[in-house]
Amino acid sequence: MLITQLKSKETIEALAQGKTVIINCHGCKEVYFAEHEADELQKDLNGVTQIITTDYICNPDNLKLQLKKHTDVINAADTILVFSCGVGVQTVAALFEGKKVYSCCDTYPLPGFQGVTPLNVDCGQCGECYLNGTGGICPITACSKSLLNGQCGGAKEGMCEVDKEMECGWERIYRKLEKLNKLDNMKYEAPKVRNYHNPNAEEPTI
Amino acid sequence: MRITELFQRGEFVLTAEVGPPKGVELDHLIKDAHEYLKTRVHALNVTDNQSSVMRTGSLATCKVLKDEGLLPIFQITCRDRNRIALQSDVLSAALLGIENLLLLTGDYTTLGDHPQAKPVFDLDSVSLIHAVKRLEEGFDIAGNAVDGAPPKFAKGAVVSPCSDSVDVQLAKMEAKVKAGCEYFQTQGVYEPEKFIKFMEQAKQFGVPVQLGLIIPKNVGMCRYMNANVAGVHVPDDMIKELQADKEKTKAGDTGVEICARLIKECKDYAQGVHIMSLGWENRIPEILDMAGIAPITPVV
Repeated sequence: MLITQLKSKETIEALAQGKTVIINCHGCKEVYFAEHEADELQKDLNGVTQIITTDYICNPDNLKLQLKKHTDVINAADTILVFSCGVGVQTVAALFEGKKVYSCCDTYPLPGFQGVTPLNVDCGQCGECYLNGTGGICPITACSKSLLNGQCGGAKEGMCEVDKEMECGWERIYRKLEKLNKLDNMKYEAPKVRNYHNPNAEEPTI
Repeated sequence: MRITELFQRGEFVLTAEVGPPKGVELDHLIKDAHEYLKTRVHALNVTDNQSSVMRTGSLATCKVLKDEGLLPIFQITCRDRNRIALQSDVLSAALLGIENLLLLTGDYTTLGDHPQAKPVFDLDSVSLIHAVKRLEEGFDIAGNAVDGAPPKFAKGAVVSPCSDSVDVQLAKMEAKVKAGCEYFQTQGVYEPEKFIKFMEQAKQFGVPVQLGLIIPKNVGMCRYMNANVAGVHVPDDMIKELQADKEKTKAGDTGVEICARLIKECKDYAQGVHIMSLGWENRIPEILDMAGIAPITPVV
């Protein structure tokens, strides 16, 4: 199982720039998602043009079908905020290549069944979602070394040194940020260091 | 001595790479270092389980070289140690008087002779540079104070000027500089025009860069590197040059000539040269002679 815990209100407010479409995923039963808190928070956000609540956005075909009737409003949006696990955010980011797609949750693991994601993208459930700085491509799962501060230099013609069938995750991130005109994202104030001791997931309350 | 002091003095800084053996007999390495390198290069890089192949440690070998009156550069990768072990080894280096570091992410475990090993990569080259800088400021990466006078190092890193995605390399280089990197050694260069173009862009960071050279021993090695080694490309005309006179190439003379020529062509754009001879340490004096680089006065 997993927990999709809301990022702080300040963080989410800062992400909602311009016309904003919100996508909530209420798919997996295996996910604890703070639906009520998310609803309350979303009411206070500026610039929201549409709130879409759907399920299994991790499945690209399903996602496309579900969003079909919202095409116009999505095309007109500047930002898409996704309330889901890391897989859902990555699927939305891949579908809307040129849009700013942001994650509003951090995904934490819980023991038990992990849900069904028949995909080649994955969520490492690291509890400190990096997708907002990486153009919606996860450095934990798209990079063989799970590096957080850019490519290792081992890629040859864009392919990973570990798995020659796999594209270098950081080259993908760089190209995506280039496309989004967001290369400044790679100029962090301090290098990123992963926190493997992340006790901050709140216990689900009944 | 920290090699950053040499750069500051405006010296053209010369370094060569040596690899500890798989075993504890260092006599051969030490003898070659004295015979061929001591008066030709300022410092010796000691590789850290190079290509993910388990060998005697870099830090211990650095100490042995230092005791021999040579100036070692301790290469540290993030493949085999977590942040606790990395910082501990950096402090251990300070304790042993090793002042030069080259900080790398490291090859993946599956490339070497222990493909079953757990890859660590808790930190990466950028966060490792940051961690060393924090130690120099008197704190570990978790923010705890370090007792006594903090250590001071020359913090180096690598960059690939001939990478097929040089813009991504430059972004990473900038991140390394921002984290505290003070000098760079490049991946093997065979294309001077690419190196020169790269240096025009890299100049903005204001950090010295040593031209990296891998002695091309034969055609097979070049083809292997072209297929497998990231950031390295041996152009076709150079491969033809190696094919032209088989005896000369076999004797190593073609590779020596190529390296000397690359130094001459890139010298004005670099702040030094770093030679990765892969066992051909004995050819380094010839390369430098042919490139017009005089012997040096050893510094320790």
